[in-house]
Amino acid sequence: MADITFTLNGERITLREEPNLRFLDVLREKLNHTGAKEGCGEGECGACAILLDGHIVNSCLLPLASVDGRDVVTIEGYRMTERYQMLEKAFIEEGAVQCGICTPGMMIAAESMLRENPDPTDEEIRHGLAGNLCRCTGYNMIIAAIRRAAKEGEGLW
Amino acid sequence: MRHIIPKTYREALEHLKSGSLHILAGGTDLMVQNRAWSETPVAFKKDTLYVYNLEELRYIEREGDMLHVGALASYDMLERHPDTPSALKRCIALLASPGLRRVATLAGNIGNASPAADGVLVLYALDARVVLDSADATREIPIEEAITGPGRTAFEDGEMIREIRIPLEDFDSERFKKVGGRKADAISKVSFLGAAAFDGDVIKDLRLALGAVNTTVVRRREIEAQYQGLTAADLKARSQEIREAYAPYVRPIDDQRSTATYRRQVALNLIEDYIHSL
Ligand SMILES: Cc1cc2nc3c(=O)[nH]c(=O)nc-3n(C[C@H](O)[C@H](O)[C@H](O)COP(=O)(O)OP(=O)(O)OC[C@H]3O[C@@H](n4cnc5c(N)ncnc54)[C@H](O)[C@@H]3O)c2cc1C
Ligand code: FES
Ligand code: FES
Repeated sequence: MADITFTLNGERITLREEPNLRFLDVLREKLNHTGAKEGCGEGECGACAILLDGHIVNSCLLPLASVDGRDVVTIEGYRMTERYQMLEKAFIEEGAVQCGICTPGMMIAAESMLRENPDPTDEEIRHGLAGNLCRCTGYNMIIAAIRRAAKEGEGLW
Repeated sequence: MRHIIPKTYREALEHLKSGSLHILAGGTDLMVQNRAWSETPVAFKKDTLYVYNLEELRYIEREGDMLHVGALASYDMLERHPDTPSALKRCIALLASPGLRRVATLAGNIGNASPAADGVLVLYALDARVVLDSADATREIPIEEAITGPGRTAFEDGEMIREIRIPLEDFDSERFKKVGGRKADAISKVSFLGAAAFDGDVIKDLRLALGAVNTTVVRRREIEAQYQGLTAADLKARSQEIREAYAPYVRPIDDQRSTATYRRQVALNLIEDYIHSL
């Protein structure tokens, strides 16, 4: 057991848990944050994506120990932002959500990318989504949604 | 199993004295290799030293013509750093995904010692060296000596990588190729790095490295040396001979990713194509 302290969606918390727990399980099982999903459990699909210090990481590959002292934002926290609202609207308008399993991860990937590159080309969007799989949409709608959010949300990122 | 979260690098080295430990950096290899059932802790087979938060080791610094890459510098940091050699940047751009590049390290790529490791391939071609510390000693070894076989390193119990040193040199031509399945996540079926520097028309430096075709990365300095001093035209005329010179070292295995025959053909074609591109 170890005491691990971090901020989760702006709130500082300390947990006394096994440091070798996957952070994905900590979020889902201990903290009741089920927005991050388990797809592959091996870093290949991006369903478990979260923002660690503002940048996308795969929470299935992250042991709890590594989160100590860091800042975590999950889709639950990101939902509260204007940028999320813009992405959500664009995803709906472009039909970028079908079963929805990949969607939280796609939004996190989009946020991580747009933060650094507010005006990405399609190629750059694809590069930013390289770690996120979608079985349903064939990606084009997701790319269109991100392109639309970047355009309509100019100034937000 | 013990879980040790050191607060300082010094403390980490002291703990390493106690025997063989997993050193967990980005964790992108260790977490997958020791994966247990979902919702249960990862099943490490050894005591684990969690070093990811040792900020002391998270640096990239240029000193003259040498780049010092701290053991916890991520691929993402390398990708952004102005002094990172372009060959390494080419490799990182094709390595996994943004989320993985954010946490994974070159030191972990070395520690994992996969013959298919892409970062290691580039380090071979760039003559990188590895600095290992233990609680009471430091040594520096060339990358070829650091890796001794698939999953095996020359590190002693008690040692860990402090930094990787990469000489900064200019090449006139560079090519990184990875022949794999899906671009982002495929661990290479075959990977290749070629680099060359010319003096006018004459080749003064030629480097060829192949990954995933033998138990470690293949780089043959004696073959490279034979062709230095030739013009590009002479070199091209001898491309078949160069291909054959590498053939004995290209001894891939069959695995779930690819067959040996396919890998062998691809690897030798990559060399020949590169020579023709010069
Ligand atoms: C989805 C996915 C895609 C991937 N794609 C690629 C790819 O395209 N190319 C590629 O080459 N690899 C790939 N990998 C493998 C992996 O990401 C890399 O090998 C990475 O560089 C490992 O770094 P890490 O910091 O995460 O290592 P860790 O998992 O933390 O450690 C790996 C090994 O190195 C040792 N180690 C770590 N730090 C040190 C140190 N300072 N001193 C001594 N030993 C140390 C550890 O003990 C362990 O044995 C992929 C992995 C996944 C999950
Ligand atoms: S569940 Fe983490 S990447 Fe697939
Ligand atoms: S919408 Fe179903 S996996 Fe993407």
